[in-house]
Amino acid sequence: MSAVRAKRGHNLSREQLADRAMFVRLETLRLARICGAGHYSSTFSAAELFAALYYAHLRLDPKDPHWPDRDRFVLSKGHAAIGLYPILADLGYYPASKLDNYTKLGSDFGDHPNMKHIPGIDFSSGSLGHGLSIAVGMALAARAQKRSYRVYCMLGDGELAEGQIWEAAMSASHFKLQGLVAIVDRNQLCIDGQTEAVMGIEPIEQRFAAFGWETQRIDGHDFDAILEALGKLPPAGEGKPQLIVADTIKGRGVRRMELSLQWHVANLAGEDYDDAVAEIRAGLQPREALESKNAKAAR
Amino acid sequence: MPRQRAEQRKAEDTQGQDAIFRGTSGGDAKLRIENFKDQRSVRGTPNAAMPAFVLGEELADIADKDPRIVVLTADLANANRTRDFAARHPDRFFNLGIAEKNMMTIAAGMASCGMIAYAATFGSFCAILGAEQAKTDCAYPGMKVRLIGHHSGMSMGFYGTSHHALEDLAITRTIADLTVICATDANHLRAILRASVDHPGAMYIRLGRGRDPQVYAEVPKDFRIGKAATVRKGKDLAIITCGSEVRASLDAAELLSKRGIEARVIDMHTIKPLDAAAIRKAARETKAIMSVEEHNITGGLGSAIAEVLVGEERVPFLRHGIPDEFVRVGPPAALYAHYKLDAEGIAKKAKSFLAASGRS
Repeated sequence: MSAVRAKRGHNLSREQLADRAMFVRLETLRLARICGAGHYSSTFSAAELFAALYYAHLRLDPKDPHWPDRDRFVLSKGHAAIGLYPILADLGYYPASKLDNYTKLGSDFGDHPNMKHIPGIDFSSGSLGHGLSIAVGMALAARAQKRSYRVYCMLGDGELAEGQIWEAAMSASHFKLQGLVAIVDRNQLCIDGQTEAVMGIEPIEQRFAAFGWETQRIDGHDFDAILEALGKLPPAGEGKPQLIVADTIKGRGVRRMELSLQWHVANLAGEDYDDAVAEIRAGLQPREALESKNAKAAR
Repeated sequence: MPRQRAEQRKAEDTQGQDAIFRGTSGGDAKLRIENFKDQRSVRGTPNAAMPAFVLGEELADIADKDPRIVVLTADLANANRTRDFAARHPDRFFNLGIAEKNMMTIAAGMASCGMIAYAATFGSFCAILGAEQAKTDCAYPGMKVRLIGHHSGMSMGFYGTSHHALEDLAITRTIADLTVICATDANHLRAILRASVDHPGAMYIRLGRGRDPQVYAEVPKDFRIGKAATVRKGKDLAIITCGSEVRASLDAAELLSKRGIEARVIDMHTIKPLDAAAIRKAARETKAIMSVEEHNITGGLGSAIAEVLVGEERVPFLRHGIPDEFVRVGPPAALYAHYKLDAEGIAKKAKSFLAASGRS
C-alpha cells in the first residue's frame, strides 16, 4: 500500500484504514518492548490521524524522500514517532527490519525522530513548542520557491503552553500561509494531569481564530470526520492558516491506558503485553462520550 | 595612532544613545522609519568600512546570484541594515517582529527546504535567548542557518546587561556541529559571508558593535573558515584575539614595540573549529601567549586556547577578558578602558604578564 506521487486523496476503505491504525498500535507495543519503554498513550491517541494522513491524504513519494514538491509533515509532538516509524517502513521508506533494534546502540531510531538518519522524517523533533515554527519556515520556503505543497504539523495539546507556538501562530497568519495545516492531537492529558488542571489551553479554536486562523474541531478517532476535515482544506496560497483540533483519548485502544496518567512512558510485559495485543486486535470499542469535558466547557 | 583612535571612540560615545545606533541606522531620521526602498549603496563612502553598514548589502549581492539566500530579522532591520537586503530582495526577506526564537526556528524550517537562511538579531537574543533553537533546530539537524549575533560583547554599553552578550561564545562553542566565527571588520565580514554560502551545517557569526575600526584594508583573499590569520609578526609574545579586540590588540602591539617588545597578533576569527595548529605554532615560536577577548573570561576564546595548550609543553599563558561579573553601565569606550580592553589596557596587561612570567 503505497501513497501515490503527485496525487492527494486515496480510495482506501474505512476497514483498510482501521487496519492500519491497528498496525500502528501493535507496532508501538512491539517497539516499546524492544526498548523497554515507550510513549504508548500519546501515540495511540494519534493512530487514526497518522493512518488517515499517510495512507489517504499526504502527497508523498516514498521512493524519493527528498522530492521537493512533496507535502511536508512535522511531528511537533516528536514523542509519538514510535507510531510513525512503522508507517514509513510500511510505505517503503526503509526496510521494516531496521526497526528490530529500535533505540538500541547504533540504531537510527530513537524515541524522538532524527531527520538526518531516517528517510521520510521531514524534521527532527522532540523539544516541544518548535514544530509550528518549523512548519511556518517550510511554508515560506514553498512560497519563495513557487511550489504548491502543503505543510502539516501535528501538535500535542500540552505543548500549546509553549510560548513559541503562539509566536508561530501569529506569524503564520501574518504571512497568510493558507497551505499550513496544524493538527492538534487533543488527547486531554499532559504528563502531570488534565491540561486544564495543569495549564489551561482551551478554548483552542477561539484562541487560534483570534490569531487569524481558520478552525475545525473533529472526533480524532473517526476516519469519516478526519477525512472530511482534510478534504475541506483549501489549496496552498494566500489566506488563513488552517487548524484542525482533533478530540482524542490519550491511550485509546487499550482500556487500562485510556485517560490514565500511568502510561505516558511505560513498559508492558508478560501477560499484560498479550492482553493489550488481544484488545487492540479486537478493534476500537465505542466510547459513550468521546468529546472531552474540556471541549464542552469551551463552548 | 592608538590614542587618536581611543579619542575618536570616546568622542563617538559622548554623543550618547544616538552614537551606537547611528552606526546602524545612518543617523538619518528618514531612514529610521520603515523605508526599505532606500537603495543608496555604502560603497565608496566612509561607512563602507563599518560592518554595521555592509551586512545587508553583501547578502543582497550574494543573493543576486544565488536564489537560495533568504534573510530574517526580528524587528531590527534598521539596526543591522538587513533592510538593504529587503530593498533589493523583498520576496526573500522576512521580518518576524520581536520573536527571536520563532525567527531562528523558521530559518531552520526554510533551510530544510533548500534555502540558506541568514537570521540576524542582537547577540544576546540570538545566542543566549535562542540557544536551544540554535542547538536543536539549527545545529543538530545540520541546517544551513547562519545566525548573526550583532552588537555582541558589551558594545551596547549603557544599555546594560540585558543587551550585552558576554556569554555567547561559551554557549555556542559547546554546541556540536555549530561553526562559530567572529567578524573583525567590514571587509572581514564580507569574506565570512561569502565563505558561509557553501559551508556545511549551521553557523553562529558574531558581530561587534558595527563600528569596529578597520583591520583589513580589503576583503582578505586568503580567508578560510577555521584558519587563523596572523595580522602582525613578532616573537616575544603572541596575542591571540578575535572580533572587536583585533584592532585594539594591534594598537597595543605598537605601544609594546616602543618598549622593545614585539608581539605577534593572531586573529583567531573562527572559535570553532579552532585553529589548534596556529596556537601550537605560537606556543613554540613565541615566549608567551595572551588571549584577548570581549567576552566573559570563562568559556570563551581564552578557555578554548587553554584546552589546546593543556596538552602542550609549558608556556606562560594569560587569559584577558571580562571578569566573571555583569559589567558596569557606561559608554562603550569607557567600558573598554575600565576593563583594560583598549590598546593601553592590553599593553599594560601584557607588560605585567611578561614581567611576572620572567619573559620580559
